[in-house]
Amino acid sequence: MKRNIIYLLLALLLAVSPAFLNAYWVDVLNNVGMYALLALSLNLILGHAGLFHMGHAAFYAVGAYTTAILNTSFDIPVLWTMPLAGLIAGLFALMVARPIIHLRGDYLLIVTIGFVEIVRIALINNVFGITGGANGIFGIDRPYLFGFKIRKPHEFFYLIWGFMAVTVFLFHRLENSRFGRALNFLREDDVAAEGSGINTTYYKLIAFVIGAVWAGMVGTIYAAKMTIIAPESFNFWESVVMFMIVILGGAGSIRGVILGAFLVIGLPEIFRGMGTISDLINSLFSSFGVTLSLDFSNFSKARMLIFGAAMVIMMIFRNAGLLPPLPRKYPLKKIREEMRIREEVRIREEMKIGEEMP
Amino acid sequence: MSLLKLEKLVKDFGGLRAVDEVSFAVEAGDIFGLIGPNGAGKTTVFNLITGNYVPNKGKVIFDGQVLNGLAPNKIVTLGVARTFQTIRLFKALSALENVLAGCHCRMKSGSIAAMLKTPFQKREEKEAIQLALAELDFVGLGDDADTRSDSLSYGNQRLLEIARALATQPKLLILDEPAGGMNEQETDALIEIIARIKARGITVLLIEHDMSLVMQACEKLVVIEYGRKIAEGLPEEIKVNKKVIEAYLGTDDEEEGEACF
Repeated sequence: MKRNIIYLLLALLLAVSPAFLNAYWVDVLNNVGMYALLALSLNLILGHAGLFHMGHAAFYAVGAYTTAILNTSFDIPVLWTMPLAGLIAGLFALMVARPIIHLRGDYLLIVTIGFVEIVRIALINNVFGITGGANGIFGIDRPYLFGFKIRKPHEFFYLIWGFMAVTVFLFHRLENSRFGRALNFLREDDVAAEGSGINTTYYKLIAFVIGAVWAGMVGTIYAAKMTIIAPESFNFWESVVMFMIVILGGAGSIRGVILGAFLVIGLPEIFRGMGTISDLINSLFSSFGVTLSLDFSNFSKARMLIFGAAMVIMMIFRNAGLLPPLPRKYPLKKIREEMRIREEVRIREEMKIGEEMP
Repeated sequence: MSLLKLEKLVKDFGGLRAVDEVSFAVEAGDIFGLIGPNGAGKTTVFNLITGNYVPNKGKVIFDGQVLNGLAPNKIVTLGVARTFQTIRLFKALSALENVLAGCHCRMKSGSIAAMLKTPFQKREEKEAIQLALAELDFVGLGDDADTRSDSLSYGNQRLLEIARALATQPKLLILDEPAGGMNEQETDALIEIIARIKARGITVLLIEHDMSLVMQACEKLVVIEYGRKIAEGLPEEIKVNKKVIEAYLGTDDEEEGEACF
């Protein structure tokens, strides 16, 4: 309960934040939102099903290109292409994941890295003559929502974070269902899962497909936001970032993944502003007659170093991530009570029958 | 007709013949024991029945259907549930969720129903939890529903595996060394649970090293050694069977053999 209030307050704070931030920082929040969405979709595969999938950018690319092609060649409004982008990314995932679904751990990881590279190189080589080669596709329309043109960062903010709200709502339900449990069972022990009657191949595939559908839909938003897309936007590094967000935040935990996105995407932007902090310290000390010449302005260049170190430390001391998933809650008391009442009714009826018998 | 029938089952691992033309039949309602020295191929026979291995030759017939080549999860759906020799629980999940894994194959709602939270999905979910709680109560773990499964005691983890298997609503329950690592009281409780499983109309096939359990619980035994069946019969017959005593002790000394049982 207390936790829900905190989440609600954070959501409210986020919802009103564009009113206090300039376009630059709103755009940073948009980026955080996009990566959080991508990482949430990867979380189903990596966090819940425990499949080491490092090729998520490939599905993202398929979605973005679907939107770009449909919009520029067939003039279909951008947001209309969203379900189709999801569908095609999902079908693509089904096609490429089916032959490799039996691979485990690091073997799967290597093959999925292949996904991204194949997609990127295919896009560069202008496959089927529709992807625009290395230059990509430009001139994608802005999206319209209820007749309102979405163009400025703070307008995109509500599109992205609105989609996030829907995603969190649906994925939370998904986690707390037969489907979500099945993914966890096969992550914990897939021999035992199969021995308990769970079709592990099917569930691994469905995890891939749902993850890809969502990544594809985020691809639509990306295409609409940038109006120009190129193969280099969907390189291997993008997959690594998504992977990192999930592992750092907490595999299998929605709140962890969102926190992870804030840290991995948001922190470097804050580091960029470190120059002003060193200036502040310098001026503070100079007023006491001490001359310091600190300069943190190059700090952002060291962010990868800091991330690397943070990841190593995390894996040693907190290997379930910053906010690991909480155990699922079941209304056991309520269900127990119902079982007890039913049992009483049964006994009473049996007694009645017993009385009538003689 | 027998519930389970093995017909000249053969399994080779490279040059090693782990199971060599083993045949036996389990009648519905039996508590059937499969015994033999370490490495005799007992667990391999189990894995052949449950679909974890595919036999090189021979047939497994369950309830009139040939199981050869079916996937393990399909075989569970047909009504064969199992536990594992080395405990294989979903460690990070609660006892209740472990049992819900067993309920899974009798449920229908998929990912889209879960996202929409349809009335059917909600009802099914509640029924599954009720069933899981009932199975936990059945093995005596009703109060541990919320406990993480890896913090249960060793004996209770074995019972939880049985509850998970029972939740699949099987016709045949295969127990691979259910008393392994249990103390005497726990073993007694287990014997009582096995009797109650039989009373529910479920046939039990078990591998066990604990001879007191085998002799108390089982109604019929098959003994295998080096992958071959060497004896079959009632526990009293097996107890005095020369071949069996030799297999276990490698000696002709009958007195020592008796002491073993």
